[in-house]
Amino acid sequence: MSTNTILDLACPTPLPARDTILLGHGSGGKLSAALVRDIFLPALSNPALARLDDQAIVQINGQRLAMTTDSFVVKPLFFPGGDIGSLAVHGTVNDLAMGGAVPLFLSAAFIIEEGFPMEQLRRIVNSMHEAAKAAGVEIVTGDTKVVEKGKGDGLFINTTGIGTVPAGVELSADRAQPGDKVLLSGTIGDHGIAILAQREGLEFETTIESDSAALHTLVAAMLAASAEIRCMRDPTRGGVSSTLNEIAQQSHVGIELQESAIRVREQVCGACELLGLDPLYVANEGRLIAIVAPDAADAVLHAMKAHPLGVSATIIGTVTDVHSGLVTMRTSLGTSRVVDMLAGDQLPRIC
Amino acid sequence: MKYLDEYREEHIAKALAAEINQRTTQPWVLMEICGGQTHTIMRYGLDDLLPANLELVHGPGCPVCVTPLETIDKAIELAARPDVILVSYGDMLRVPGSRSDLFRAKAQGADVRITYSPMEAVTIARSRPDRKIVFLAIGFETTAPANAMAAWQAKREGLTNLSLLVSHVLVPPAIRALMASSSNRVQGFIAPGHVCTIMGCSEYDSLVQDFQVPIVVGGFEPVDLFQSVLMLVKQLEAGEAKLENQYVRSVSYQGNLPAQKIMTDVFEIADQKWRGLGVIPQSGLRLRKEYASYDANLKFELQELCVDEPAECISAQVLQGLKKPTDCPVFGMRCTPENPLGAPMVSSEGACAAYYHYRRHSVAV
Repeated sequence: MSTNTILDLACPTPLPARDTILLGHGSGGKLSAALVRDIFLPALSNPALARLDDQAIVQINGQRLAMTTDSFVVKPLFFPGGDIGSLAVHGTVNDLAMGGAVPLFLSAAFIIEEGFPMEQLRRIVNSMHEAAKAAGVEIVTGDTKVVEKGKGDGLFINTTGIGTVPAGVELSADRAQPGDKVLLSGTIGDHGIAILAQREGLEFETTIESDSAALHTLVAAMLAASAEIRCMRDPTRGGVSSTLNEIAQQSHVGIELQESAIRVREQVCGACELLGLDPLYVANEGRLIAIVAPDAADAVLHAMKAHPLGVSATIIGTVTDVHSGLVTMRTSLGTSRVVDMLAGDQLPRIC
Repeated sequence: MKYLDEYREEHIAKALAAEINQRTTQPWVLMEICGGQTHTIMRYGLDDLLPANLELVHGPGCPVCVTPLETIDKAIELAARPDVILVSYGDMLRVPGSRSDLFRAKAQGADVRITYSPMEAVTIARSRPDRKIVFLAIGFETTAPANAMAAWQAKREGLTNLSLLVSHVLVPPAIRALMASSSNRVQGFIAPGHVCTIMGCSEYDSLVQDFQVPIVVGGFEPVDLFQSVLMLVKQLEAGEAKLENQYVRSVSYQGNLPAQKIMTDVFEIADQKWRGLGVIPQSGLRLRKEYASYDANLKFELQELCVDEPAECISAQVLQGLKKPTDCPVFGMRCTPENPLGAPMVSSEGACAAYYHYRRHSVAV
């Protein structure tokens, strides 16, 4: 028991339930899921929200609409391969596309800290315009708020998007079935490592660029190749691991990955080794995961490889009926391990 | 990637595993010391490829895990002071003290910063003369030279606003304590390659002589670990006890002499408490008298604390290789990485956390 204490310490018991918001609640891992489960769903529950997909699908006069919203708090604001503006457009277009929707209109809301350089804002807004034009969407409404110096971190952007869902398209994370194949559209970890390399205090140089891209034309090509796609997700924060864990849990299935089929650029691999990170948990902004019926997998893979954003696509695993709710991996040595969902952000290791 | 791919090569690893299977004629218990090695064993499922009568038990070599609760509590107490910036290695932030952790302290307004290098703390001290910078200097011999360098550089520059909250542990005294214990089961050790990159192999000679126990200094990739196990099995089957070095691409007999010099210039050996194991004589480092003004304990007049671990946690037995994480009745139930009850569950390199992260599908939880 405690002797000379400075803190009035007692014998330690398990820490009490989380009573404040931590950074980890925004990580896309278990803490984020708990926030949705414990705070948001009980208060706001409705059938469209309860699907817990990247977008809600609602019906208006017989037309199915996809709607999504996303906030962007990336640091630094400018990074190799993009900036917060292009990222906001791509992220929102992709959240619509993962529901099979044709993205149409976006809103953009800016929360700007007093003192923010006008020239940077101009660059970011121009970048949003270019990204929206390239993606064939329009930013049709917006909002601006300015907060006092020190009450914001430069610039935050919130975007909302709507699009139409073509007849016959039914994509959702609860539709995976044993036997389905897991397809991944390219290398993993490029975005997260490109951002990390730009952060203060990390003195390493790379030429890695963010993979940030609008994926809706890739999605359209895949849907044209087969109607037997069960689910699509873009593995953003939390990486491939968190996305697949969510699908396994929502579909009550297991997912087994083949380590050798998952492609990681050598530079990303090197940075991860140095920093003690696992690429499976590093964010992507221009990649998608698709769960596809076994008979359709080759046709969908072929369509992906024929598209510029899917040339490195591979089949990385299979949906199984064992270990429901868990993702496992067949390692390069032929052994099996769990690919867990992290509680919060991945932390650099001491050694 | 060079120096990695060849050490993860399937056919080399499997050939080594096959030779281990062929040469193992009786039961042996081996311990890998370092948490990084435990992590590789679990991540690649290496023990699944070893013979059933060859048991790998997991040592106390996760620096985050063995940092005493008291040190975490002190760090949180310091971080909460408005004039302090607490600088720490990233994986310390989630480690629970007795009432909170550094992430929560940060959420409540404490200025806590993650760094990869202790020199970053010196840079912050230089640029923020208005604040007191405290570096949470933890780890084994691997991080000790860099941590020592931060104090040395601060002293050289005459920086008075930097101090170190030191909790350093040393590997050889821990092996000695394990071997001297009447309940010891370990018959051979894989010594930690990164620690030995700094310290060399020489200080393990006396352990081999005193306890007639084989020690192989090993690396961290699957091929390294299989090769280390094979070297130990060959010795044990032949009735030998030698010091061998598997990790020759990084470790020399004498080690990194300049790194050792800065360590001994700044630190001296002292008794040290290990979370889960208690006090091991002469198993830690503290700042020398010449560096007293850089000792956060003295600078902030922190009193010594003594806090007990939860009674149901079996981490002491796990860290000595007497029990497996899965032998614990609360493993995966009341004790998880999100809510750890004891040392080996707090960091991803702790043995319990490694089992939880990588093996949940093969154990009943």
